[in-house]
Amino acid sequence: MENLWGRFCSRATIFSSKLDRIGSDRIRIGLESVTMSWAGPEDIYLSTSLASYLDRKILVLLRDGRKLMGTLRSFDQFANAVLEGACERVIVGEQYCDIPLGLYVIRGENVVLIGEMDTEREELPPHMIRVSETEIKRAQKVEREAGELRGTMRKRMEFLDFD
Amino acid sequence: MLFFLYFKDLVGQEVTVELKNDLAIRGTLHSVDQYLNIKLENTRVVDQDKYPHMLSVRNCFIRGSVVRYVQLPPDGVDVDLLHDAARREARGG
Repeated sequence: MENLWGRFCSRATIFSSKLDRIGSDRIRIGLESVTMSWAGPEDIYLSTSLASYLDRKILVLLRDGRKLMGTLRSFDQFANAVLEGACERVIVGEQYCDIPLGLYVIRGENVVLIGEMDTEREELPPHMIRVSETEIKRAQKVEREAGELRGTMRKRMEFLDFD
Repeated sequence: MLFFLYFKDLVGQEVTVELKNDLAIRGTLHSVDQYLNIKLENTRVVDQDKYPHMLSVRNCFIRGSVVRYVQLPPDGVDVDLLHDAARREARGG
């Protein structure tokens, strides 16, 4: 994945605004065709590109419920992303833990949301307790088992209803 | 194409985006693209206590594929205009 894509996107948006509004939403550059969102001279800053989040601290929500945080270094049109200094924030009840992961490439199809974390605001409510990785993994296990137990109990109840 | 153009007209309005993972986010529609990816500004989560990790997030990018609903202000929609546009789209394409 071209890690120049992010920089290209922001520049191409500016480029397209200098042309007349194009009938199609494809811009031909050399032999490559790039799909861009509509960008006229008046909405140069209205692009949905992730370029404005580059080099900032972001929160990425994944489809499996995981929450990753890190610095956005690169992205592309599929919302694939490169996160530097990534860590996973695991939250169980009032406890949380940040598990460091390093340099991550996230496939865009798993991305739910990318949020820019405002460094001037509190990241978490003050009542939350920071715990160690082993502690949070234990808490996760307890929660998962409780959920499974609830699931099997419900199945048993539903079974009894069908008579 | 129709909904992309329609959302483009809604830029600047307050909307609530409900995602397929049940997370609902209220914010100002900043931009939209052909995939109906949405960028919101000044966001706040509807059920903040349930999603403590979202506390410091004020702007976000939402992938179009994960949106379940986009809730609009009732007066933010010109239903007749939308009606005509839909009919035209269905007829001509």
